[in-house]
Amino acid sequence: MSVRRLAPAEIQPPSFAFSAENAVWAGHQIAKYPDGRQASAVIPLLWRAQKQAGGWVPQKAIEHVAEVLGMGYIRVLEIATFYTMFNLVPVGRHFVQLCGTTPCMLRGAQELRKQLVGRIGPEKTVSADGEFSWAEVECLGACCNAPMVQINDDFYEDLTPESLDKLLDDLAAGRPVKIGPQNGRVSSEPEGAVTTLTDSTLYDGSVVGAWRTRFEQEEKAKAEAAAAAAAAQAEAEAAKAQPATPATTRPEQKASDSPAKRVAEGLPPVPAAADHAASAATAPEQQERVRGGSEAPATDAGNTGDKPKG
Amino acid sequence: MLADKDRIFTNLYGLHSPGLAEARKRGAWDGTKFLLDMGRDWITDEMKKSGLRGRGGAGFPTGLKWSFMPKKSDGRPSYLVINADESEPGTCKDREILRHDPHLLIEGAMLACCGMGAHAAYLYVRGEFIAEREALQAAVDEAYAANLIGPNNIHGYPFDFYVHHGAGAYICGEETALLESLEGKKGMPRLKPPFPANMGLYGCPTTVNNVESIAVAGTILRRGGAWFAGIGTPNNTGTKLFCVSGHVNKPCNVEEAMGLTFRELIDRHCGGIRGGWDNLLAVIPGGSSVPLVPAADIIDCVMDFDTLRNMKSGLGTAAVIVMDKSTDVVRAIARLSYFYKHESCGQCTPCREGTGWMWRVITRMAEGRAQKREIDMLLDVTKQIEGHTICALGDAAAWPIQGLIRHFRGEIERRIDNYAANPHSDPVLMAAE
Repeated sequence: MSVRRLAPAEIQPPSFAFSAENAVWAGHQIAKYPDGRQASAVIPLLWRAQKQAGGWVPQKAIEHVAEVLGMGYIRVLEIATFYTMFNLVPVGRHFVQLCGTTPCMLRGAQELRKQLVGRIGPEKTVSADGEFSWAEVECLGACCNAPMVQINDDFYEDLTPESLDKLLDDLAAGRPVKIGPQNGRVSSEPEGAVTTLTDSTLYDGSVVGAWRTRFEQEEKAKAEAAAAAAAAQAEAEAAKAQPATPATTRPEQKASDSPAKRVAEGLPPVPAAADHAASAATAPEQQERVRGGSEAPATDAGNTGDKPKG
Repeated sequence: MLADKDRIFTNLYGLHSPGLAEARKRGAWDGTKFLLDMGRDWITDEMKKSGLRGRGGAGFPTGLKWSFMPKKSDGRPSYLVINADESEPGTCKDREILRHDPHLLIEGAMLACCGMGAHAAYLYVRGEFIAEREALQAAVDEAYAANLIGPNNIHGYPFDFYVHHGAGAYICGEETALLESLEGKKGMPRLKPPFPANMGLYGCPTTVNNVESIAVAGTILRRGGAWFAGIGTPNNTGTKLFCVSGHVNKPCNVEEAMGLTFRELIDRHCGGIRGGWDNLLAVIPGGSSVPLVPAADIIDCVMDFDTLRNMKSGLGTAAVIVMDKSTDVVRAIARLSYFYKHESCGQCTPCREGTGWMWRVITRMAEGRAQKREIDMLLDVTKQIEGHTICALGDAAAWPIQGLIRHFRGEIERRIDNYAANPHSDPVLMAAE
């Protein structure tokens, strides 16, 4: 953090009020927040005030925003001095913010810095014609396109000392400039050819709805599991009705259809009906699990018995 | 290599229109009502099954975070706050989502709100992203116009989405500082507890999530948590946007599976290290806040949360800053120290005073104008700051220096020797300010 003070009194304008258009806009901003929470709009309003005042925040603008929002002057002054995008002193018509943090520094921000010193002058000093001023700022979040500058609202990326020079020439002469990367890239793709996202089926609409098969399958599995569970239950009840003891029925079941016998016959060890919920129904001790799972309404069949802990 | 069909951000590079019609063709807003109708518990369960860990740096499981929100309202509304205050040096992924795939984000926010019982989402985007903010606002307006969101939307789940912006404070990326800023105050982190899930925005239950965590939600719910969990390594599942900057031939953003190695990442997508693999010096694998890793350790290292943490570094935001042998590594870290000095909010003394102190000492060391005993003193000061502040900015300021001393102490000592042996040579290079 650093100490940031308002501009000296002699350059402060005597008054400030939002233009009619900005006042309407401010009303829309305040409406975004719940009743009584209009203070939330302080940053957007101060930002708009800075735009209206020509790129910096005079003291009267701070007071005006405080009045609009029903906040104490000191609260808005705190905001204006805490957040570094509020310029408390005048800046040039083209305010160049050079990103100097490590990713940009590795790609040559220091070269750009020298160039800005040479062309515009010392940092945070408006050039004699009022057109330019510059400042080194912290990471602007375009690290894959380093080095870069922000001039007023726009990012200019992938700069070299030459392209920065040309950019400043064009701005000074009022010629149109290209916003964004200055070396032909569209955004942050690898320079030259992209290595990913080349599959055209992603863009022809064929992905729409393709994911629904998962839910259809789950629906189906759930229905089958429910049916199997119902059948198993009926079977168990029928078995209970018979006088035979479980110890005698189980070997009989195994003898009739055991994995070993199936393998010997050249069949897969698990019946091919082979939705695992259905196969689970063949083992009596697993029937309980299937039944327990089917009682829990929100659990889908694919995850039977794996109920979330929370 | 991750197949294109398994990538979530299909318009990452902005080669296609971000508009609603095109976004729908790419699969956004597809069956949203169906997913919303599956209910709140299904959404959080599916997110838990996906194993998604928060993409903002800390790696906290997202589904678990959502489930902390109160099940029954006590009269206070719940809020989702999306953290788009992307300021961590090296990180530039959320920017691409905001301007190129905004509909995935808005849809994800709606589903996330349903998963936590909220009906309003505030998105806090950093002030410098002016074009990105406008692009996102345009997408929000489009969604309102199509009645996809709003109080009486076609999905039958009342939902409002508001775009808010900051004004250039890194600290507002910390969740409670962000809430303070959103309430119209200075961005100074709050003491926890109470946690935001109980007392967040305007004193109401709030969950703060990173843009990427929210934007992947729609695709995860459509394709299933199991699909997402099947990508990557155990406990480090899914796809991740990697931001590769610094000394590679082609710096870029790319969505890849977690758990690929650093070598694969660089060779496949970034055209290799500038000057070849032998020219690699060190890598900061997760944004400026994590310690650097020297070349020998990182080259075949798996890029995921757990592996990098075991190497005493971290995946953080997966912002990979590559430094080749032409780098003045001490100065590079000194520049990060300046960053933290500049961005400290000034609330806690160890951080406010310590970041400035560390920057001054490390700047002297970059020139060699120091004593060798000061290296240990500096290390000691970083330990005094780490863990003694309200938020993690103190830790984040301390770790890069700890990493530097751990791996490049010899380099610092060499500079001190050089300076001592030749004190009247040309004045050393300017401090990195």
